[in-house]
Amino acid sequence: MNRVSFPRAVTTLTILTFALAMSAWARPAKGGASASPRAESGSAETLSSAALIKPAELAKILKSTTGGKPLILQIGFHMLYQQAHIPGAEYAGPASDANGRKMLTDRVKSLPHNKEIVLYCGCCPWSHCPNVQPAYALLHSMGFTNVKVLFLVNNFGTDWVYKGYPTVKGN
Amino acid sequence: MIQSRILRIAAIAVLAVGGCCATFAQTATTARRHTVSKGTMAPDFALTTLDGKKLNFASYKGKVVVLDFWATWCVPCRAEIPGFIALQKKYGGRGLQFIGISMDDNVKPVQAFYRKFAMNYPVAVGNAKLAEVYGGILGLPVTFVIDREGWIFAKHEGEVPESTIEREIESLLSADPRSQVQRP
Repeated sequence: MNRVSFPRAVTTLTILTFALAMSAWARPAKGGASASPRAESGSAETLSSAALIKPAELAKILKSTTGGKPLILQIGFHMLYQQAHIPGAEYAGPASDANGRKMLTDRVKSLPHNKEIVLYCGCCPWSHCPNVQPAYALLHSMGFTNVKVLFLVNNFGTDWVYKGYPTVKGN
Repeated sequence: MIQSRILRIAAIAVLAVGGCCATFAQTATTARRHTVSKGTMAPDFALTTLDGKKLNFASYKGKVVVLDFWATWCVPCRAEIPGFIALQKKYGGRGLQFIGISMDDNVKPVQAFYRKFAMNYPVAVGNAKLAEVYGGILGLPVTFVIDREGWIFAKHEGEVPESTIEREIESLLSADPRSQVQRP
C-alpha cells in the first residue's frame, strides 16, 4: 500500500463507521411500533373509517320515512345533552367514566347484537374526544356488530347544530 | 267518508304544526348562539364557587373578565389553564379576573383539579341553563373576553393561543380607544 492511499482509506473507513453508527442509533427500538403521535391508544382517531358515519348521512337516515332508525346514544357530557341532542337520542354516558360505561352497558345489554346503534359525543375536537373510542370498544367487546360513531370533527355545535340538523333539548 | 276526510285533514294539520315547531326550535337554537357574541352584553348569573363562596357576575363590573367554560376531561381545556393561571397572576393587579365555569357532571374531579393545579381564580360548576343563557355551550372550551362595562369583546370556540388572549386582555386593560367594543 502506498503512502497517499492509506490516509484516504482510514478517512473513508472512519466516515463509513460513523455513518453506520448514526443509522443504528436512529433505528426504532426493537419491537416498538412507531404509532402516529396523534393516534394514541384510546383515541377517537384509532377508529377506522368503516366505523364512522358522517352527520349528513345520519341526518338523511333520520329524515327518511322508509326503513328503520338506529338507536342513537349520546355518550358525552350530560349538560351538552340537556342543551341539545339529536331527536330520539338517549343519554348513556360519559363513556370515559366507569359510571357512564355502566349506564351504556345497562342500556344495551338486552339488545340483539345486530341492533343498529349510533354513538355520538361532540364534547370537543374529535382528536381529543375521551368518550367515543371507549364507548365503541365497549360495545364491540359485548358482541355488537352494527355500531357506528357519528364523526363530529370539531364539536356537536359546529358539526351538527349550526349545520341546521335537527335537535331537541331536555333531559 | 266525511269523517275520514276530516281525520286526514286533522292529521296533516298536526304534522304541519309539529314540523313548524321543530323548525322553530332548531332555528331558535342556532339563533341563540348569535345573541351572545362579540358586541353584546354578557348575561348576568350567580353560582357558588368550589370553596362555597357566592359568585355574582355583576360584582365584577369594572374589571376585565375572561369567562372560561371548560371541563376536567377536556384535553384542550386543560391545555389552556396553566396559561390562564399565569395571565391571572400577571394582570390581576391591573383589574383582570378569570372565572372558570366547569361543565363537569360531578364536582369531585373539579375540586381535585383545582387543588392540583393551584388555580388562582374562582371556579364554579355550571349548568345547562347557564350554558343556554350564554348562547349554548355545545362544545368545549368556550372563552369569553369581556370589557370593564360588561360587553363581550371576543368569543373563542375551541382552544385559543395564550398570546391571543393576552393581546386582548392588554388592549382592554389599557383602555385603548381602538379596542372599545363596537356597540350594536
